[in-house]
Amino acid sequence: MLKTTPFHSRTAPLVRAQTWRRWAGHQVASAYEPLPEHEYAAIRNAAALFDVSPLHKYRITGPQAAHLLDRMVTRDLAKCAVGQVLYTPWCDAKGKVIDDGTISRLDRSTFRLTSAEPNLRWLSMNAVGLDVRIEDVSDRVGALALQGPLSREILRQVSPADFDALKYFRLVSTTVRDVPVTISRTGYTGDLGYEIWVDAANAVAVWDALIETGTPYGITPAGIWALDLARIEAGLVMLDVDYFSAHHALIPDQLSTPFELNLGWTVSLEKGPYNGRRALREEKARGPSWSFVGIEVQWESLEAIFAERGLPPHLPNIAWRTSAPVYKGNQQVGYATSGCWSPLLKKNIALAHVMQPHIAIDSEVRLEVTVEHRRKQADAFVRKLPFFDPPRKRA
Amino acid sequence: MTKARRYDAIIIGGGHNGLVAAAYLARAGRKTLVLERRPLLGGAAVTEEIFPGFKFSVFSYVVSLLRPEIIRDLELPKHGLQILPLESTVTPMDNGDYLASWADPDESRRELERHSRRDAEAAVVFGRLMHHMAMAVKPIIGMVPPDPSSLSRSDLSSLVKLGGHMRSLGAERFHALHKLMTMSSADYLDEWYEFDPLKATKSASGIIGTFLGPRSPGSAYVLLHHYMGEIDGAFRAWGFQKGGTGAISESIASAARAHGAEIRTDAAVDRVLVRNGRATGVALSNGDQIDAAVVVSSLDPRHTFLDLVGEAELPGELVDAVKRYKFRGSSGKVNLALSGLPRFTCMPGPGRHLRGAMSISPSVEYLERAYDDAKYGEFSRNPYMDIVIPSMIDPGMAPPGQHVMSIFVQYAPYHINGGWTDAKREAFGNAVIRTLARYAPNIESLILHKQVLTPADIEQITGLSEGNIFQGELALQQLFFLRPAAGWAKYRTPIRGYWQCGAGTHPGGGIMGASGRLAALQIVGTK
Repeated sequence: MLKTTPFHSRTAPLVRAQTWRRWAGHQVASAYEPLPEHEYAAIRNAAALFDVSPLHKYRITGPQAAHLLDRMVTRDLAKCAVGQVLYTPWCDAKGKVIDDGTISRLDRSTFRLTSAEPNLRWLSMNAVGLDVRIEDVSDRVGALALQGPLSREILRQVSPADFDALKYFRLVSTTVRDVPVTISRTGYTGDLGYEIWVDAANAVAVWDALIETGTPYGITPAGIWALDLARIEAGLVMLDVDYFSAHHALIPDQLSTPFELNLGWTVSLEKGPYNGRRALREEKARGPSWSFVGIEVQWESLEAIFAERGLPPHLPNIAWRTSAPVYKGNQQVGYATSGCWSPLLKKNIALAHVMQPHIAIDSEVRLEVTVEHRRKQADAFVRKLPFFDPPRKRA
Repeated sequence: MTKARRYDAIIIGGGHNGLVAAAYLARAGRKTLVLERRPLLGGAAVTEEIFPGFKFSVFSYVVSLLRPEIIRDLELPKHGLQILPLESTVTPMDNGDYLASWADPDESRRELERHSRRDAEAAVVFGRLMHHMAMAVKPIIGMVPPDPSSLSRSDLSSLVKLGGHMRSLGAERFHALHKLMTMSSADYLDEWYEFDPLKATKSASGIIGTFLGPRSPGSAYVLLHHYMGEIDGAFRAWGFQKGGTGAISESIASAARAHGAEIRTDAAVDRVLVRNGRATGVALSNGDQIDAAVVVSSLDPRHTFLDLVGEAELPGELVDAVKRYKFRGSSGKVNLALSGLPRFTCMPGPGRHLRGAMSISPSVEYLERAYDDAKYGEFSRNPYMDIVIPSMIDPGMAPPGQHVMSIFVQYAPYHINGGWTDAKREAFGNAVIRTLARYAPNIESLILHKQVLTPADIEQITGLSEGNIFQGELALQQLFFLRPAAGWAKYRTPIRGYWQCGAGTHPGGGIMGASGRLAALQIVGTK
């Protein structure tokens, strides 16, 4: 049996087409409606409510908690004030990414780390000799993501916190209808949005409060299909889809460094020793051999490929996650790992790894597409990520 | 009188086609000026806050056929285009039941099976045929209409291409296309379906904006227009624009400005200046004159030819043709500000059906009787209505918990017995509310504000002659190489340097932008 989340009693009756999927051993909704279009639209137009409880969550406390995290992740914890959240990957000694997630500094010596995979063992190994306590609180903390342009309006109605003062990647300890929560201005959609962290025992009350208050604002429970479209538009990587953990990779080709995942901005070269620092410094000096970019398929080219078979272009409702080769001339120069039709941008987009330094931003490449059982190559442009970055995200 | 600096092109009218033309001309490097009479842009695609806190797409209310190439060429998503899904259609029936069509094909099939197993199966085959029909017609929408009577090289080559395209359809589909072009929508649908509310709801899309009933020959063709949206559905350009249809106009205007076009509102054009058979600029109502090498009118053919230029400058046949060109506005609009959600008897309570369209089309006879009233010069006592609640899709359209409702109403003939008066308008609005109340009894108690627009109001506010929402009926005798008149379907006029780009030219109708784009490409290609 898969585990259920603290919100299951509320989400389960809403999953009309029984479109469930697994996420970190949990049962979560792919979509509540048979198709994810309304749920996606809510992210970009109103507010979408996601149950993101399956994230692994660790509470790290003690005088040397910051030191532990600093030793482990690529970002500089000295720059993480109380009430701040950092997004960061972490690497093995060779600078290859193990996982990525967020670190919230709840007070001077208390942090919450989220991750896609279990990291208790890795945390413990890095904590040897440090005065620090690590707890896996994954099952004890429920998490909701409220994402979209009206998310702030809704939260204002249910919580006394000052949301105008809550900046991007900051958090606040507050209440939702008298239930204690932390609310961080974070998310996986590239839009204005918040994540709400609550004791599992009180989870349902928070869900109910948000749905009740949010309904006049168009709040819409949304599943992973909708989230996937948004995160591709936002150019955000996903473990096991866009890259493999260094803990699981079977061959060197499956490994990636932060630089190769467009996460060079998270790598501090100045701070004290951490896993992979030397390798990353060397890579920085040398220049990475791959980059992670956007691919924008040219519509006319796609239309022509379909027209050859007498069809109008067919576009999927949900994102694809199969690897598709990227070509330049007769050479394969990379591969796309996920992509979708962006309902907002009206573009066929993908996330791809391309070889460096040969493939520049805005250069022309071709992406393999299969039309009526035949492999074809559609003309495409390499684009800088993200595809979508609205000012309201930070405003 | 002041003489302003010279422009390469002046566009008269800031409706969506005028703005599209301006954007394409500016994109081609032309120094372009748009002149709009009203204080806001958009023509019939405008959003206005008619009642404090409530925003309405006052006239045109959904995006259906906006050309994908325009969205791409002008990068409209970057300029604010954001189309939200609006997919279900629910038809309340007189026995308290309903017929629904949902976004999910399985759900829709199950729903139809509830009423007729035969129709549920026929729908699959019908859908495939209409797909092929729409594919057949699609290239026509994207082309400058060739004149079949002309022997010019470009006309002949277009005709040959078109002929080849038609031959490639094969006999079965060609015959089906012929039927679609000539039959009434009721007769055509009778060949396929048995369930009356289904036939009625489908044929309703065949009468929108025309002075035809579901049993009038020629109405089947308009069915096809509906399916055109479906094949472009791949591009998903169908739905509700965030912020209302005015936001589409604004996005096109923003694209035009980004390419360097200048746009002026509150700038009514009085007439086009013509010297020696050539347009030299425009004169504004305030007396200003502005020179330009090219003048483009996005207004309907009556304004374009008879008002802005005048009969004296035009060949007699064209004047006759424009005078005979059929406007005959047949629809009205009722916009409501509501304090809460309506409760439909057939589907009580809030629900996803309120995020789609509600169609008041219980039977083909109902629609035909609605037409009968109009035929004899009265508004329909029991009209066809297409109802959407935009605030259910875009919460920004109304204060939280309150709603805006848009009701498209047919028939409301422009030529009503005794002419439109305030009393007639009031009576028309009451007939609409009364009809709606039969299906949603709480509607009257929710109304905070009511705006009733008759074809006469539409004409007066937007300038659309006789209030026709398509700048002239989409009837076969005035489509393709006959739109707006034989010999003048290629966006030109008899006056050199004077062009037309409104929906009164091919292919016209809806927030498509195709006329504006094709006209601009013709102008750029000519000079």
